Amino acid sequence: MTDDIRQLIKEFGRLPVDVDTLATDADLYQAGMSSHASVNLMLAIEDHFDVEFPDRMLTRGVFESIDAIAAALTELGVQVPA
Amino acid sequence: MSVMADGDRAFLDSIIEVADEVAGPHADSVDRDARFPAEALDALRAERALSATIPAELGGGGISFSAVARGCFELGRRCGSTAMVFAMHHIQVATIARHAAGSQWLESYLASVAADQRLVASVTTELGTGGDMGRSIAALQPGEDGVTASFEKQAPVISYGAQADDLFVTLRRSPDAEQNDQVIAVAQRGQFALEQTGTWDPLGMRGTCSPGFVVRAQIAPEQTLATPFPQIMAESMVPITHILWSHLWLGIATDAFDRARAFVRAAAKGSSDGAPPPVAIRLSHLLAELSLLRAEVASGLAEFVEASEEPSRERLLTMTSTLRFNNLKIAASEQAPRVCQGAMGVCGIMGFKNDSPYSVGRHLRDTMSASLMIANERIHQTNASLLLIAKDV
Ligand SMILES: Cc1cc2nc3c(=O)[nH]c(=O)nc-3n(C[C@H](O)[C@H](O)[C@H](O)COP(=O)(O)OP(=O)(O)OC[C@H]3O[C@@H](n4cnc5c(N)ncnc54)[C@H](O)[C@@H]3O)c2cc1C
Repeated sequence: MTDDIRQLIKEFGRLPVDVDTLATDADLYQAGMSSHASVNLMLAIEDHFDVEFPDRMLTRGVFESIDAIAAALTELGVQVPA
Repeated sequence: MSVMADGDRAFLDSIIEVADEVAGPHADSVDRDARFPAEALDALRAERALSATIPAELGGGGISFSAVARGCFELGRRCGSTAMVFAMHHIQVATIARHAAGSQWLESYLASVAADQRLVASVTTELGTGGDMGRSIAALQPGEDGVTASFEKQAPVISYGAQADDLFVTLRRSPDAEQNDQVIAVAQRGQFALEQTGTWDPLGMRGTCSPGFVVRAQIAPEQTLATPFPQIMAESMVPITHILWSHLWLGIATDAFDRARAFVRAAAKGSSDGAPPPVAIRLSHLLAELSLLRAEVASGLAEFVEASEEPSRERLLTMTSTLRFNNLKIAASEQAPRVCQGAMGVCGIMGFKNDSPYSVGRHLRDTMSASLMIANERIHQTNASLLLIAKDV
């Protein structure tokens, strides 16, 4: 799952740094993700994993790092492929 | 409305007295001369109103946020500039108070605000980013000695900068931080120098005395808020700003309405047949407009107070909440001048003249600043983005 998330961050996060070298717990906002880019990333994640984040999960913290996004997806029942 | 606590009631009575006895009588000269409402601020200090939002354990008033918002409304009815100074000060102080826990420096700072009734100004707007609160150019520069930090910020607008004791400043966290990696620093008098870069001769809110300055300061590294900046914004600063501003705009609009009502009453007394004069119908239309503004302002406050009582205040961090309080600002900033203009329509030339008891020119001019204090178009752009993903709005 983290590989897919990383790929989506590459496409939609518009980060000024190399996404491949980001630790899974690195703060994406501190790495330069704008609020607008974060919304695009959320949309792309919903689309890719075919989920809808409920409003209570639409906070900055939930999209703060690759780990945080993975945890949110797991909470929504997205299965980690074996 | 719920029953007020005794402390809140006494606070509000003292604010109403300052509004009626001091701020109101000086409002015209403050506006005409674009001068600081010094008499009203002295009176507010004498009532210890500048520490209302500070907890009692730190020597503050421990007044509820609702009562402080109501205080902004009452001051707004008598002098928009006084109300704006009072509101901005409390935006800074209440924000610090909500995020001071665990910081000895911030707690003792709040105690000094209470003890000395220090006035705190805001330095968020910056040359190059304008009203975009989420980005800064100026950075906090750590000193080589490890015990000081410094910054220089080009600020095109600082209200009561020349009168303030302390400054509440948004900055980049460090010289190599991205523009959206920010901190809030507090600089105290003696730690900063202000170089005025412009004049202040605006259309309205003239008593806020808000020219541009270059701010140069040297502070200690612990003079910053430790809570992550985006969390401070979402949980405190943005909702508090929009609620206190909208309360004072409602106050100004309410006085404009009251003047229109007084005008219609005077006209009715002069008519012989007892039927309401035709202009009374316009007053009724105006009341409908004022009611919309009142409802929006009241529900915004109630939702914030409710969400703040939850232990984690998590609800305030959601996009739905951001949309909610952004909309409060947009709606109130557009509705308040609409009510003032309607009042002028009712009063006619008597509302247009500056020296008539029914004058609403100052009200109209003051409320016209509302839509540009953090430009509404900017807020709409944020909302437009959030609306792509938020669901139950
Ligand atoms: C009475 C008063 C007191 C103030 N006091 C203070 C103070 O004490 N401290 C402080 O820091 N600031 C203060 N300000 C500044 C204020 O809050 C705004 O931040 C500042 O006025 C913004 O500058 P600007 O109008 O140039 O707008 P900018 O935000 O720079 O925008 C410029 C123009 O571009 C438009 N625009 C911006 N973004 C977008 C967008 N995304 N889409 C479409 N259009 C857009 C805006 O509508 C505006 O017309 C004060 C302002 C007033 C009126």
